[in-house]
Amino acid sequence: MKKVHPDPKAALDGLLHDGMTIMAGGFGLCGIPDELIAAIQASGVKDLTVISNNAGVDGVGLGKLLETRQIRKMISSYVGENKEFARQYLGGELEIEFNPQGTLAERIRAGGAGIPAFYTKTGYGTQVAEGKETKEFDGHHYVMERGLFADLAIVHAYQGDTEGNLIYRKTARNFNPMMATAAKVTVAQVEHLVQPGELDADFIHTPGIFIKRIIHVPVREKQIEQRTTRKRKDAAPAAAGGGAV
Amino acid sequence: MAWTRDQMAERAAKELQDGFYVNLGIGIPTLVSNYIPDGMTVQLQSENGMLGMGPFPYEGEEDPDLINAGKQTITALPTTSYFSSSDSFGMIRGGHINLSILGAMQVAQNGDLANWMIPGKMVKGMGGAMDLVAGVKKVVVVMEHVAKNKDGSESAKLLKSCDLPLTGTQVVDMVITDLGVFTIDKHGEGGMTLVELADGVTEGEIKAKTEGAFAVALR
Repeated sequence: MKKVHPDPKAALDGLLHDGMTIMAGGFGLCGIPDELIAAIQASGVKDLTVISNNAGVDGVGLGKLLETRQIRKMISSYVGENKEFARQYLGGELEIEFNPQGTLAERIRAGGAGIPAFYTKTGYGTQVAEGKETKEFDGHHYVMERGLFADLAIVHAYQGDTEGNLIYRKTARNFNPMMATAAKVTVAQVEHLVQPGELDADFIHTPGIFIKRIIHVPVREKQIEQRTTRKRKDAAPAAAGGGAV
Repeated sequence: MAWTRDQMAERAAKELQDGFYVNLGIGIPTLVSNYIPDGMTVQLQSENGMLGMGPFPYEGEEDPDLINAGKQTITALPTTSYFSSSDSFGMIRGGHINLSILGAMQVAQNGDLANWMIPGKMVKGMGGAMDLVAGVKKVVVVMEHVAKNKDGSESAKLLKSCDLPLTGTQVVDMVITDLGVFTIDKHGEGGMTLVELADGVTEGEIKAKTEGAFAVALR
């Protein structure tokens, strides 16, 4: 069975239908399957539920599908950088289900691992827990969260072989490995497509069993959301903290 | 004289210990990385999937595949490791991160925290904040003591109970403001205690600007 397809359109052929649920990897604009998102936009498929940590920025990443109103609902943890998103949401055109980032990651991991639900401390006593079952274990309170499984997952990797084994690069890994496991069909776009045996089997992040289709995307300029630098003459290291979001 | 943002960050850095794994939020908490004492080894975690976060890159060396949770370009260190979001939150939820320092809109005297949404305003989402406060061993909030309203008035942020939607219940261990430092006995009955005053700040000024009840045990 050939997993390699010539282009994004061919890789998505027969997989798209209105009202479907799609998982899209990436954190901000880092590690997003942008070529596959563009092909979904071109297909015109609509009423999508999209599971993705963020919603891209205006005109980039999932921002493309928002511009064309192809998304009906987002399941995300943070959507701060997208004006079109805010406009549609405040206008009642777009539904959003906020999940704590770790709960979202674990729901996807669980969905891919055949775990229908799990308990977490995260969100106990907050809006997130409303309407959900809670349980006490060893004196601590937990909220039950359900696993997530999509019709289609689209992921971005640095290297892949024709069997679908994937290796991600740096923080572009993020949600991609779990999403690859949590859909009926997963399509991967890779920057470098190689033959079996060329990847070190000890360092494969996503085994090929999870990848049904794969495409090679040409290496091009990747987008940066917040370009932060320090001056070379700086002796002291500049702050580079993480974020609560 | 109330503390500046940098002085608040410097005070927060005193909560660091050698060997700690630490997650820093956006804003003043980010500045804490400038005050890690010489000779102390602290690994910074970025919840998008990295331990051992380095400083911002030199101009021209930005890597789009290497960002922190604020989506800023950063660098790696010799100690760096990368991992998935589920592994990242596994170490957060599993209690493996020693310290989380983050900002807040409101904190209640029992340790309840509100920092993710204001009803009626555009909600951006909680990101990883709910997971961090639920899972990290010690949670330190760094924030201005009062909120300044548009009409020039001030609202207390240290409250009896939060009126904004919560990020977590009974999660905050310590609050560092521009006026002083409070500890909170989040699992017990000890409540909130004022333990330090910023230079030149009086107990009376703090009393006037704090709605929540607190004991005083200056050290």
